[in-house]
Formats: sequence, structure tokens, C-alpha cells
Amino acid sequence: MIRVELPAHLRTLAGVNGEVTLEIEGQATQRSILDALEARYPMLRGAIRDHVTQVRRPFLRFFACQEDFSHESPDAPLPVEVANGKEPFLIIGAIAGG
Amino acid sequence: MSGVRVLVGTRKGAFILTSDGKREKWDVSGPFLGGWEVYHLKGSPVDPNRLYASQSSGWFGQQIQRSNDGGKTWEPVGDKFVYDGVPGTHQWYDGTAHPWEFKRVWHLEPSLSDPDTVYAGVEDAAMFRTTDGGQNWQELSGLRGHGSGPHWTPGAGGMCLHTILIDPKRPDRMFIAISAAGAFRTDDGGKTWRPINQGLRSEHIPDPTAEVGHCVHRIAMHPSRPGVLFMQKHWDVMRSDNAGDSWQEVSGNLPSDFGFPIDVHAHEPETVYVVPIKSDSEHYPPDGKLRVYRSRTGGNEWEPLTKGLPQRDCYVNVLRDAMAVDSLDSCGVYFGTTGGQVYASANAGDSWAPIVRDLPAVVSVEVQTLP
Repeated sequence: MIRVELPAHLRTLAGVNGEVTLEIEGQATQRSILDALEARYPMLRGAIRDHVTQVRRPFLRFFACQEDFSHESPDAPLPVEVANGKEPFLIIGAIAGG
Repeated sequence: MSGVRVLVGTRKGAFILTSDGKREKWDVSGPFLGGWEVYHLKGSPVDPNRLYASQSSGWFGQQIQRSNDGGKTWEPVGDKFVYDGVPGTHQWYDGTAHPWEFKRVWHLEPSLSDPDTVYAGVEDAAMFRTTDGGQNWQELSGLRGHGSGPHWTPGAGGMCLHTILIDPKRPDRMFIAISAAGAFRTDDGGKTWRPINQGLRSEHIPDPTAEVGHCVHRIAMHPSRPGVLFMQKHWDVMRSDNAGDSWQEVSGNLPSDFGFPIDVHAHEPETVYVVPIKSDSEHYPPDGKLRVYRSRTGGNEWEPLTKGLPQRDCYVNVLRDAMAVDSLDSCGVYFGTTGGQVYASANAGDSWAPIVRDLPAVVSVEVQTLP
């Protein structure tokens, strides 16, 4: 089980409260987590990564286990603590803007 | 009893203002889609409870929301806006080639006959259409493919397609406007387009009378006379009597011929409204006086409308999509400001009162006249 924390506006958009839990097949990677997240909440497609290029939107970051994985390959394995649900995968909106 | 529903898009969400036909007491609901920029929301003329909203954010991109109950509840629909084929380039501010990149939807124009068909004007400038209630969007790429696209440049607000007018007598005829490319017309439902900028003069481009490159801020028509168009350009208020084939300046005695919105009285096709703004770059009312100007002669002769509007120390702007009229008798006129006020006149502009004073900066105002 994977735990995902969304920014507040994306929780509203998806109609969820608190953490989202996902089951994924294979390795826990940014891509496998986001694929599973978007499959369950299609309204999030395009809001985290570009519809076509699948590139992370620039004002969002991916954190886990006190580390920033935003610039890692989307297919790189995430820490085992994310894969086993001990730690959440954090999707963070930049603290910027007015 | 008839009533009105005013749809207000702001920098931080949407608001809906409702009143009965007297337009004296108002109910304010919202914010809806709070925290997001709502550039525009508009209802279907066929099904007034079917509303569409453009919701966007620098963090999360573009969303399209749909309501089937007059704005009480909203649901996200499709937000995938992908240019047809290889997008190519347009001119950047410095004249260099810049790739076409989708940024946001500026304007949503529901079909006059089908509540599931909506046209979207987007930045970077292009037109999209949905025929399934907003789930899927396809570009009408004949506009960008007209051939002049590589010469279009962004205005200060971005290279946006901000105005879409559908001819009620010839539904295959539509008019659009782009900052800063100009006005265009299709006569075949959006397959092919041609620029309609003859008569415009813009001193800020190398050839002031070029076919494209004009910063058209807004165009308007009266539905009974779709061949007559009015335009607020970056500078100059213009009029066309031949569906845009040629334009004549009608700025007349306006204190400034710069401004953003322009609209036409619901029952008097020669009565036109503008809000003069000081420019270059100040973008607030001349002399700190917020004045709507009305012409009852289709331009050239303008009268200031000031009763109920602040006549000192007022430095708000009124953006291009932030003025609308209802079709009650007498005609109601509405506009929103970057200071968060929405003003209404129930007597065609003779006097004004704020419906609400402290919203986030208002980007768009639309009005539905309800049975």
C-alpha cells in the first residue's frame, strides 16, 4: 500500500480528505504512483504532470523520507519505506505566489 | 418573475450574484473554486443552468468545471488542450520565434443551440471546441493555420484569444479577437479564417496598418445586427458595418480611447458602452474618476455616466471580459473592477450601485437573464 499526500487544492479537486492510499503493481516509482493516482482520480491528469510530456509541473515537488526526489528519474525506485507504506509520498505545491 | 444571475470570475474563485427583475436586492454566493483563478464562466443560452468555468492556477494548470444546477455545484470535466499537429512558433516580445505553449483558457463561449458544444479561446492563442459537454476538446486549427500565426505577438497579458462572438443569424460565422494579432472571422464553422483588420491603425507595430499585429482588446455586437461590430482596441474605439471587412474609428470625444471592455445595449443596437482608461501602462481611470461612457449614436458622441460611481481617488481597472448587459427592460449594465467591486445599473447606465465591493480582483462578468 502506497500513501500519497496531496496539496489542499488537489484534494479538493479530487474530492478526498486526508491521505490517499493506492495499491500499485511492481516497483514504487514516481511514474507508477502517479499512474495509479490518475487512474483513480482522472481529474488530476494534467494537474501534477503535463498531459502530453508527462513532465512534472514546475511549481510542484515530490518529497519522501526527508528527501527531494523531484529531479530523479520518474522510473527510479523510491525508498522501501514509501513502497511499504511506512512513509508517505508527498506531492508539494511551492510556497510561492499571492 | 424574471431575474438575473451575474457570473463573476475573479483571481481567487467564482461568485454568483442573483436578484429578481427589480435588481435592487442581491444575493451573493461563493467563492466557488476558491483559491483558483477563474478567468471566465458562462452559461448556455439553451440551458441556463448549464454553466462552464475556466479554472486555472500557476501550480496545477488548467481545469474546466461544469455545473448543471446554475452554479450551486460543480464537477471537473476535460482539461486536455493539445494543439493540433506540430504547434510551431509565434513571435516573442523581442521579435524572436517562440514555441506555441498552452497556458490557460481565457474565454468560454457556449453554442447558441447545443448545451454540450462550447468554444474555448486560449493562451497561446488558439480556439478549441468541445461537443460533449467539456469532456474532450479539439483545436479548430484553421485559425493558427491561417498563415499569419508565426507573426502574432503576445500583448502584456499574454497571447490570448479572449473574445468569441457567434453570429445568431449565421451560426457558421464567428468572430474572434487575439491580443496582439487582431480580429478574425470564419464563415464555415471554424474550418478557415481570415483576418479582419482593415482600417485599424496601431503605431506600436512596424507597419501601422498591417494585416495582423493589432492589439484588439474586445469586440462586441448586438444579436439583431451581427454585421455591425464595435471594437475597443489598445488605443481607438472602432466600428465596422460590414462584418469586420473594414473599420472606422469612433472614439470621438472620449477622454481616453484606451480601455478594455466594450458592450452593446440589449435593446438599442446603436447604444454602446466603454470604460476609458489612462495608458500607456497606468491602466487606471483618468483623473481618478470611474466613468462609463455611453454613446447612443453608435460611437463618436459619448456621454459620461458617473452617478453612483466613485469620482475621486479611484484607480481600479476594468478588464476586457468584465462587462455585460442583461435583457430586461430597462437594460441592466454590469461591470467588475480589479478592486473587487461589481457595479450594476438597472437603468441602462443612468445610475449605478455596487452589488458587492470587496471581492478578489474581478476578471470577468457575465449576466444571465432568467425567466
